[in-house]
Amino acid sequence: MLDIERWQEIFDTIRKNKLRTFLTGLSVASGIFILVILLGFGQGMQNGIAKEFEEDASNRIVIWSEVTTKEYKGLNPGRRIQLRNENFEYVTKRFSDEIEHQTARIHINNVLISYQQESLGYRVQGVSSGHQFIENQFISQGRYVNYEDEKNTAKVVVISNKIKREVFKGGKSPIGEYLDLSGIKFKIIGVYGDRGSEREEERIFMPITTAQKCFNGADRVGNIQFTLKPAATFEQSVLESNKFSKDVKEYLQKVHTVASDDERAIRFFNTLDEAKRYNNLSKNIQLFFWFVGVCTIIAGVVGVGNIMLIVVKERTREIGIRKALGAKPWSIVGMILHEAIFITAISGFSGLIFSMGLLEILGPHIGVDYILNPSVNFNVALTTVFILILAGAIAGFFPAWRAARIHTIDALRHE
Amino acid sequence: MIEIKNLHKSYKMGSNSLHVLKGINFSVAEGELVAIMGSSGSGKSTLLNILGMLDVLDEGSYNLDGVPIVDLNETKAAQYRNKFLGFIFQSFNLINYKSAMENVALPLYYQKVARKEREEKSIKYLEQVGLKEWAGHLPSELSGGQKQRVAIARAMAAEPKVLLADEPTGALDSKTSYEVMDLIQKINDAGNTILIVTHEPDIADMCKRIVHLKDGVIVEDKKVDQVRASQYV
Ligand SMILES: Nc1ncnc2c1ncn2[C@@H]1O[C@H](COP(=O)(O)OP(=O)(O)OP(=O)(O)O)[C@@H](O)[C@H]1O
Ligand SMILES: [Mg+2]
Repeated sequence: MLDIERWQEIFDTIRKNKLRTFLTGLSVASGIFILVILLGFGQGMQNGIAKEFEEDASNRIVIWSEVTTKEYKGLNPGRRIQLRNENFEYVTKRFSDEIEHQTARIHINNVLISYQQESLGYRVQGVSSGHQFIENQFISQGRYVNYEDEKNTAKVVVISNKIKREVFKGGKSPIGEYLDLSGIKFKIIGVYGDRGSEREEERIFMPITTAQKCFNGADRVGNIQFTLKPAATFEQSVLESNKFSKDVKEYLQKVHTVASDDERAIRFFNTLDEAKRYNNLSKNIQLFFWFVGVCTIIAGVVGVGNIMLIVVKERTREIGIRKALGAKPWSIVGMILHEAIFITAISGFSGLIFSMGLLEILGPHIGVDYILNPSVNFNVALTTVFILILAGAIAGFFPAWRAARIHTIDALRHE
Repeated sequence: MIEIKNLHKSYKMGSNSLHVLKGINFSVAEGELVAIMGSSGSGKSTLLNILGMLDVLDEGSYNLDGVPIVDLNETKAAQYRNKFLGFIFQSFNLINYKSAMENVALPLYYQKVARKEREEKSIKYLEQVGLKEWAGHLPSELSGGQKQRVAIARAMAAEPKVLLADEPTGALDSKTSYEVMDLIQKINDAGNTILIVTHEPDIADMCKRIVHLKDGVIVEDKKVDQVRASQYV
């Protein structure tokens, strides 16, 4: 390796066979380049997803009920389960240490909404004050429904910015105005906004107690929702929220006489589950990128092997000449390998430097959702380059060895 | 210098084999200039290749400068070739991406001569064949005669004991052939042993001895009065 004469011989060969060298180098460099970029984006995706869920830190749990699917304690399947106020109150009290915000919610069906004789098509829901935080809504004007409203079953509603825009044209303030809901007058006390989709702003909220009283709700609730106090780490939050869900489920199944393995009767939605799913997804995507990257590298190695095969074939006569002039077989193998390793190394490192540079420069400017600061572990990339060099050497060895073993006279006859 | 006894060589062609050399006895003293003649397919190249250790013999013995050439593997053959032999081919066999000088320097590289010395030596030999000004040119920029002269310089550069030339003028016109023969005669005058395979009687007449091969045996071996090529140049 330190044989300076051989280095010079190889530099000569490389300098005088630029195209060949370039093509070999290109296949290696692009292999590394693609791998690094893919790995970078895999990482970026994971970063992005982590951030997305960090922002939406609320670990929100929604619980609702449907019909049973399993026979239990002599009760037939197909029985409708109904959540009630007492269920909500019990959970709220029992898990007060874990719970951050809570609300029960009921959807009011078949309600006719009108404002000054103009009928409107929005949805109406009864909620508690915690709903605002659970749904991450903000107040643009006035206030949200509060505990007092609930206690007094006040006939008040909160409308959205969208409704305000659509109904109160000309910048008129809706606060203090009255909406007519199936013949009952409700006073507008606030305007909320929702950062989510437009659909989220097509709802009118009133205190849940009012909703139950005015619209034959009795003590029925549609669903109950909670956010839990965040734990120190993501994993821990997931653990705690799973435990909470499990305990609540056990309680609800018991009071509603539902089989413990009946998954359909009482349903849970947990944002942390979603987060976890995304986390797994991004891990899988990363794995996939690794797979694609490794395939690229293999393609690169095969490419190098192929080029070496062609190169050696092309150089068979030259090899014959060299042998006639006194080159030993091993010096031929050495020469070809030395060249292959040198080219692979140089182009591998250029691919590495180029792609890492690109990630370094462009990475922080990528403003796409779910991709944040794509980057790559330098050691991983470096190892890959070394593996590629090794693989290139192996891929180059066999043709070189074969070429070196061709009888000199046959090599000289080669056209 | 060269001594071969009862040399046999066959080529296997599938199931049957072709007996090309059928018991050659032949010796060459130092300083000789021998022409090997014979019709096409008579085994001239085969003989020269065996002498040049590019090919192996089946039977018989071969001594080169007192060294018995036996158990020849590629590594050993390469060593001997580098030490004892210089080759001149009909098709020149220059490496096309190397300049004239680099081609001449190549055998010296395999003799582990340092780069600087290689360059000096190759310039010296190129000068001897009259191509000093062409040192930096690629083979593709040279005429056939010039290429063959580069090849001769290359063969000489290793300072071999024996020069082996297989139809060195085969690809050249007669004027250029005589120039090349003139060069070969001068090298021979300096004391080098040279064997030339040729078809052409006028080229053979420029040697000092003519060996005739026919059907794998030597049918004639005679000394001749050398015709000097310089008179035609
Ligand atoms: N590698 C080989 N495999 C099989 N047969 C061969 C091989 N080399 C030569 N021969 C055969 O051996 C015989 C002698 O070949 P050789 O090349 O020695 O002839 P030559 O006298 O040099 O002929 P020419 O004047 O045409 O060059 C020929 O019949 C040829 O076909
Ligand atoms: Mg021949």
